[in-house]
Amino acid sequence: MQLHTIWFIIIVVFWIGFFVLEGFDFGVGMLHRFIGRDETERRVAINTIGPWWDGNEVWLIVAGAALFAAFPLWYATMFSALYLALLLVLLGLFGRGVSFEWRGKREGARWRAGWSWALAIGSLLTPLLIGVALGDLLHGLPINQNHDFSGNFGDLLTGYGLMTGVTLVALCLLHGATFLALRTTSEIRDRARALSRVIGLVAIVLNLGWVAWTLVVIGGGTVPQPTQIFGMIAVIFAWALASTDRDGWAFAASGFAIAATIGQIFISLYPNVMISSTNHAYNLTVNNAASGHYALVVMTVVAVILLPVVLLYQGWSFHVFRRRVATPEASSGDGAGAPSATPSSQ
Amino acid sequence: MVNDLARWQFATTSVYHFLFVPVTIGLAFLVAILETAWYRTDNPDYKRMTRFFGTLLLINVAIGVVTGLVQEFEFGMNWSTYSKFVGGVFGAPLAMEGLAAFFLESTFLGLWLFGWDRLPKRVHLATIWAVSLGTVLSAMFILMANSWMQHPVGYKLNHAGQPVLTNVWALFVNPTFVWGYAHVILASLITGALVMLAVSAWYLRKRQHVESFHRTAKVALIVLIPTIVIQLSVGNQLGEVENHYQPAKIAAAEAQWTSCKPCSFSAFQIGGGANDKTPTQIIAIPHLLSILATGTWGGGVTGLNQLQKQYQAKYGPGNYIPDVFIQYWSMRVMAYLATLILLLAVWGGWLLNRGKLDRSKWFLRLSIWAVLTPFLMNTAGWLLTESGRQPWIVQGLQKTAGANSPSVSATDIWISLIALILAYIVLGAADLMLMLRYSRRGLDHADAEAAEPSDAPGTVAPALTY
Repeated sequence: MQLHTIWFIIIVVFWIGFFVLEGFDFGVGMLHRFIGRDETERRVAINTIGPWWDGNEVWLIVAGAALFAAFPLWYATMFSALYLALLLVLLGLFGRGVSFEWRGKREGARWRAGWSWALAIGSLLTPLLIGVALGDLLHGLPINQNHDFSGNFGDLLTGYGLMTGVTLVALCLLHGATFLALRTTSEIRDRARALSRVIGLVAIVLNLGWVAWTLVVIGGGTVPQPTQIFGMIAVIFAWALASTDRDGWAFAASGFAIAATIGQIFISLYPNVMISSTNHAYNLTVNNAASGHYALVVMTVVAVILLPVVLLYQGWSFHVFRRRVATPEASSGDGAGAPSATPSSQ
Repeated sequence: MVNDLARWQFATTSVYHFLFVPVTIGLAFLVAILETAWYRTDNPDYKRMTRFFGTLLLINVAIGVVTGLVQEFEFGMNWSTYSKFVGGVFGAPLAMEGLAAFFLESTFLGLWLFGWDRLPKRVHLATIWAVSLGTVLSAMFILMANSWMQHPVGYKLNHAGQPVLTNVWALFVNPTFVWGYAHVILASLITGALVMLAVSAWYLRKRQHVESFHRTAKVALIVLIPTIVIQLSVGNQLGEVENHYQPAKIAAAEAQWTSCKPCSFSAFQIGGGANDKTPTQIIAIPHLLSILATGTWGGGVTGLNQLQKQYQAKYGPGNYIPDVFIQYWSMRVMAYLATLILLLAVWGGWLLNRGKLDRSKWFLRLSIWAVLTPFLMNTAGWLLTESGRQPWIVQGLQKTAGANSPSVSATDIWISLIALILAYIVLGAADLMLMLRYSRRGLDHADAEAAEPSDAPGTVAPALTY
């Protein structure tokens, strides 16, 4: 296999890793205000992802950096084309990223509510817009003979891109709900299970629509591809397993559904990496966008050594905090159960 | 216009990002030292100091991480021509940074924060050292990438005239990288030590928790004294290396328009910019510039006028002289403030030795205000490095003009520049508020947190850490 193709696969693995891991963070972020009825419950919801969200987000950074290293042209064209969309992604990631650490560090309903909304909106915007972006890669954007984007912000909002974004948001919501059901106890778990059933239905419908639309975009006839079939089965299983309260299996199924969706986009794309809607001769491909051979060899060695190590210690981190998070007894709504939340001594 | 806006955006966002980075690198190391002290002595006081400064570290990491995202996106968003051109070399260290450093830092920070009552003491100690290692590795790879822009190595040009990586090891031994990296790590340790010293001094001034903060003041000084001494010499070495590979950068930093041999050092002057090439030197120290730039008593420094002629002969018409004002004053801000910090550190060491540290009103007062200096020095250092590289984006290979994204309009950049600045103001205000609040709230909270797990009895996963 050519190194170009290997690096394409590695980058797909990073994107899948990002969405499968950060996907439940996004879901929890979007849902925490609704699933937690009072302040303590909201904090419990946030703390279910507490030890991991940051490590999960690194998958996005690595996906971006690997793109830069292995396919500089792809990185340059994609990031400059998606300019304002990525600006919104950054703002979303700001709000999310700091809210974890800062939200609980001060009393006051407005402070807490403000960062809560920053977390929720950031968790919605990021998968939505990255979904739009990935959909656009496949749908095609106006790209000229210099491999530069020649459209404007409106051109980014393709119907298929939006559909991909919305479908990914629904899958992240489902993934977050199944994750919360798996990680919590008592009332929060009950609510998370109930939510999984509702969201599961929405996700099944959206996924079906997305699969059909993808077939139209790639001109692949009416028979779904194997990954698509796998994805559809996974969503249905996630919903069915959530309905029968098998928390662990439902969570695994929603993860597979996300992996299949992201995987399908890139499978349909290969060997192109960005489609030009102007002229297919201007498409970016794994061949014309790749770095030199030596750089790819070096990067392959680095990835082969480091990626298993990363998986080991991230896996260990998941193992260490594998137990459910119970809601503390004194659920008084002001976070009184947490010494870290008591007012400053000033 | 578009190019200038893109430059303003990069300058703003990277200077802002680098306010937080050295605090993270420095404090992660110091917190690891404190926890090691707790591990070895079993003195609970070290544990609460670990938690106290650990909280400051965490508040700071949050903003450092999100502002770092902007940097990675910005190459592609604003500088696509540059990214296409150099990605085959420049991208590799960035990808290594993600794989080797960011995963390590983020995963182990989560383990450290949530693992207080879940991990064995020894393992918990290892997690904070892993975090510290992650921060240091991250700086290594990004400096490697940056140094390649200052002095490109390990590449050849392909048929399209683009640099292609041919020797990755050359990036690791690039002299600009070796000295630049040492300079940044030392600067980070100095920053962290000055933050710890300032907070400790504040409590000692107020006579609160005297014993505990005397300990941390001591740790801070023990780190600060050798690092500032070594830093002055490393900074000097880096100047020599840069003078060799980027002579215009150093000549501009000395406002040296005409060649000199031997060269005196201008300690303070008026004028000397592009429109006034004969500055009024108020204080000039004979031979000092020769020593600083070449390491010899009578060494010569090529003036900007000669360099301009050489570059025009080599690269064609154009202006090859960096902004002299920025170069001259950023060099002096660094050097003068570092000298003051050296004096402060020596004074602190003397007081420590005499057992008078917690009672010296003036030392404590000055130590609190000294916390501002590392941020000024760090910013000045990057201005000197990056502005001094101009007009090149990659020295000798690609000019900054024309390296921006052709598909991005001035309106796009205005929108993003304003949005980012507004977001940074909000984030910066919240960060500063939290840092001051948590610096001043005393140790009783840390005691409470350390004494009882912050969760309901019977639970095994942390429920209210965030």
